[in-house]
Amino acid sequence: MILEIENLDLYYGDAQALDRVSLEVEKGELVAIVGANGAGKSSLIRTIAGIERPRGGKIRFKGEDITGKPSYVVCDLGVGQVAEGRQIFPSLSVQENLEMGALLPRARAKMQAELGHVYSLFPRLAERKDQFAGTMSGGEQQMLAIGRCLMGQPELIMFDEPSLGLAPALVQELFQTIRKLREGGLTVLLVEQNVAMSLKLADRGYVIENGRIVLSGTGEKLLHDDAVRQAYLGIAH
Amino acid sequence: MTTDVILKIAISGVLTGLVYGLMALGLSVIFGVVRVVNFAHGEMMTIAMYLVIVAFNALGLDPFVMLVPISAVLFALGYLMQRAIINPFINRPEHSQFMLLVAVALVIVNALLLIFGPDSQGVTTSYSFDSFDLGGIIIDAGKVYAAIAALIVAVLLFAFFRLTLTGKAIRACADNYNGALVVGLNVKRLYALTFGIGAACVGAAGTMLMIVTDVTPAIGPAYTLLAFVIVITGGLGSMPGAIIGGVLIGLTEALGGFFFTPSAKSMFSFAILVLILLFRPQGIMGRRTA
Repeated sequence: MILEIENLDLYYGDAQALDRVSLEVEKGELVAIVGANGAGKSSLIRTIAGIERPRGGKIRFKGEDITGKPSYVVCDLGVGQVAEGRQIFPSLSVQENLEMGALLPRARAKMQAELGHVYSLFPRLAERKDQFAGTMSGGEQQMLAIGRCLMGQPELIMFDEPSLGLAPALVQELFQTIRKLREGGLTVLLVEQNVAMSLKLADRGYVIENGRIVLSGTGEKLLHDDAVRQAYLGIAH
Repeated sequence: MTTDVILKIAISGVLTGLVYGLMALGLSVIFGVVRVVNFAHGEMMTIAMYLVIVAFNALGLDPFVMLVPISAVLFALGYLMQRAIINPFINRPEHSQFMLLVAVALVIVNALLLIFGPDSQGVTTSYSFDSFDLGGIIIDAGKVYAAIAALIVAVLLFAFFRLTLTGKAIRACADNYNGALVVGLNVKRLYALTFGIGAACVGAAGTMLMIVTDVTPAIGPAYTLLAFVIVITGGLGSMPGAIIGGVLIGLTEALGGFFFTPSAKSMFSFAILVLILLFRPQGIMGRRTA
């Protein structure tokens, strides 16, 4: 088990964002977490990443307890994140953005090699390497966010709403990229509002509602679940 | 003859202005990254100025010899200040940060007063009375050396932020705080480093300023204010803006002091500040933000 989460509770002030969330991700798996806007998907990713501090529960990565550890420690253990809204550095160049992903002790020595790898994966980034990242299109910024995450040599990569704000053709391309990364041996935790596409891609999925996991199972099973179909896919009986 | 005198005054104003610019650069860097306004900036500079006095009187060390050691001491002071007392305030409202730093400023002024007394002190170096003759225009050698040193420090700082990975990481924190957390930058450490760098700038500026002027414990607040005027004039958060603002204010003070009376010189820098706020509120080099 690469990631184990047990009874995770998160509060923003008095408002509870996560309510006894438990989930597991096997090494090499692609697990999707789906749910409506505000269900707690991003909160879950940010808590795993060490950006938010949970009030209760345990998070273990490769057996090591990472609950409440700061994000620079969690990242350095191999937990990468492609955050919601991409979170690139707009006034740094594309290449500088990529370099920032490789400042972790685990990745620093391999920076040059990984830069070549990311540029071969996304030739568009190589073309634009000296351009300010803020001047790129949304799709290019998403590539940059993924490339920057790969620079940190992650073992688990968490995607937070990667399709948000992308044109449909680009969404297809994005899901292809995620599939490729997974085939390359990465473990993927995918948080999406695009329920149908992510469940089709995923081995397993969890449905989250009001901060609680309400359903789980294989992607196939969830896709054909009546409640899921009604609530998220707009298909009546 | 009068044009020569005016030119001499103007050049001397520009040279002092470069040192002012370095001081303001420290304030600008700290605000641009950590988003904390260092209300103890001028007071931190007086610490550096008194370190020059101590080194000069006790050990006979020239201010230029002390440039690097004093900057290093101020760097350490700034780093520790950020780690120990400013960091807990980083997410507090601005008025409580203001109170904290004003308190730090008061402590510094009064500690210096206790140790050194209220009298003005200065250093007289071997080159204090040297000058260059540029075709009839006489320029103080000390001011030229101080300005060159300030420029070198500023250029090194630009290079640090453009070329080194640590410098780029600091810019990344300023650019997108959440993004910095997402990629796993150690933001607290980088903030402390930035505060240290800002303090080192002010340390270098204070050391150079001792070649051109004297110090009293009470002068700190005036320098804090001067740094604000320069940074707002040049453009908040812009590094070249701080230097350009420094030169402009140095020049204005020098000419204002010459044509009117020296005691009225600040009036003209404030007038420039008012004009800038009216007609170009983002400052000379500042970017308009939404």
